[in-house]
Amino acid sequence: MTRRSAAVRMDHVTKVFGTRTVLDDVTFDVPAGGGFVIMGRSGTGKSVTLRHMIGLLRPDSGRVFIGDDEISALSGPPLSVVRKKMGFLFQSAALFDSISVGENVAFPMRRHTQLRDAEIRERAKQKLAAVGLEPDYDKMPGALSGGMRKCAGLARALALDPKILLVDEPSAGLDPITSEEIDALLVDMKNQEGVTLVVVTHNMLSARRLGDELLMLHEGRAIAHGTPEQLDHHPSELVRAFMTSQHAG
Amino acid sequence: MDVRTPATSFFAGFGDAALFAFKAMRLAWTPPFEVSETIRQVYELGLRSAPLIAVSGVAVGVVLSMHTRASLERFGAESMIPAGLAIALVRETGPLTAGLLLSGRIGAGIGAELGAMRVTEQIDALEASAVDAFRYLVVTRVIACVIAVPILTTVMNFAGMLGGFLAETTATGMPFHLYLKRAFSLVGISDYVPATLKTMVFGFIIATTASYLGFNTESGTEGVGRASTRAVVLSSILIIVTNVLLVRLIFFIFPKAAGG
Repeated sequence: MTRRSAAVRMDHVTKVFGTRTVLDDVTFDVPAGGGFVIMGRSGTGKSVTLRHMIGLLRPDSGRVFIGDDEISALSGPPLSVVRKKMGFLFQSAALFDSISVGENVAFPMRRHTQLRDAEIRERAKQKLAAVGLEPDYDKMPGALSGGMRKCAGLARALALDPKILLVDEPSAGLDPITSEEIDALLVDMKNQEGVTLVVVTHNMLSARRLGDELLMLHEGRAIAHGTPEQLDHHPSELVRAFMTSQHAG
Repeated sequence: MDVRTPATSFFAGFGDAALFAFKAMRLAWTPPFEVSETIRQVYELGLRSAPLIAVSGVAVGVVLSMHTRASLERFGAESMIPAGLAIALVRETGPLTAGLLLSGRIGAGIGAELGAMRVTEQIDALEASAVDAFRYLVVTRVIACVIAVPILTTVMNFAGMLGGFLAETTATGMPFHLYLKRAFSLVGISDYVPATLKTMVFGFIIATTASYLGFNTESGTEGVGRASTRAVVLSSILIIVTNVLLVRLIFFIFPKAAGG
């Protein structure tokens, strides 16, 4: 795969926190327009990988590319330009708790578009309607359940119609039905809007629903990369065991 | 190899905080300016602190007036009570008391708010939304505090004089116009301006200290509580110490303020 066809490229990325090497020479490409799932046990560097992709963390060595832009070398306005092409759904949803759910979704549009207030509200309502939360526009985030917060976080992540959507543990803390609904929304985004999905999860049900390609991290290293079928027959017993696990997150 | 000791950690932290404050100062003068958020912060941090400052000011004025009366009565100089109170309030008591009260209210508020935003990933969410979180959260609060604290100090001064009047009129039946005339008989612009302007520094200290601690909060909710408490303690100490230096500086620049 050439670098031009990759939406995201991690190039020999190493990250050390204190004395612990969290990512150890990790290299992979995320194909544009597909579903890419990063999986592995807790504490193996999955979320750290995702944070490198949006520039919340910088590698100690190696480079991270979004398209042709080396995001790991950017700061200030150029970094913002790249980030505007991306959406990020945090594991905790990370809604701004001082403003309403609707204003959370409207926030990126107010910051980065010249749209009129009425148009922004209308678009925010549309984004909320897509995740089933239009009636909750004026509610404060604290009044929502965990699943609803996640859906609102997804609506906010999609506010600027990103080309790349990074999702950290979409099913964490959710019941299986809500988890399946969120996965279905993400698959729709990928299939209908052509959004590149990069999803971190240790839930294999979710990983199989979302991932055209899977990457397995173990102790900071990428130990397996391929389609779900390829990983089902991977030589590593650890990878096969993970693939057959039914952990529901 | 990690070679940090408590001493090097202290100096590293001090250096970090100084760089943080310098960055806030630099970005306050460079676009883009977060005008609407800054106005919102002036309202949140400033206007909402006004009742605390006004009530405290009246109480301080009453107490100062009672103490001043007790002292000046011995010398038969009761007529000097309004002027003495005004000078004490405007030059020192008002600015320092306002600074310390606001380090409690605003410092704790900023430390807790930014700390909670850090541990719940809201600051990361701002960054991920292509918003400069430092400029949006820190610079706006610093500017708001630098604007609001001198205004609130002025409120404190007037509230203190009102308290002094209430005490005086209760004790002697002095009318309001006479009280005002005597209060302002010895207070000049050189008493008011330097002492009030120095509270801009207090505002800067409160906002940068609390923002630094909140912005760098770790360890979950426990860390939020710690950031909030340390914001109050550190900003109070810094205000008291800086006040000594500022008073010396004011006496140097405005000898009249020192009575010279």
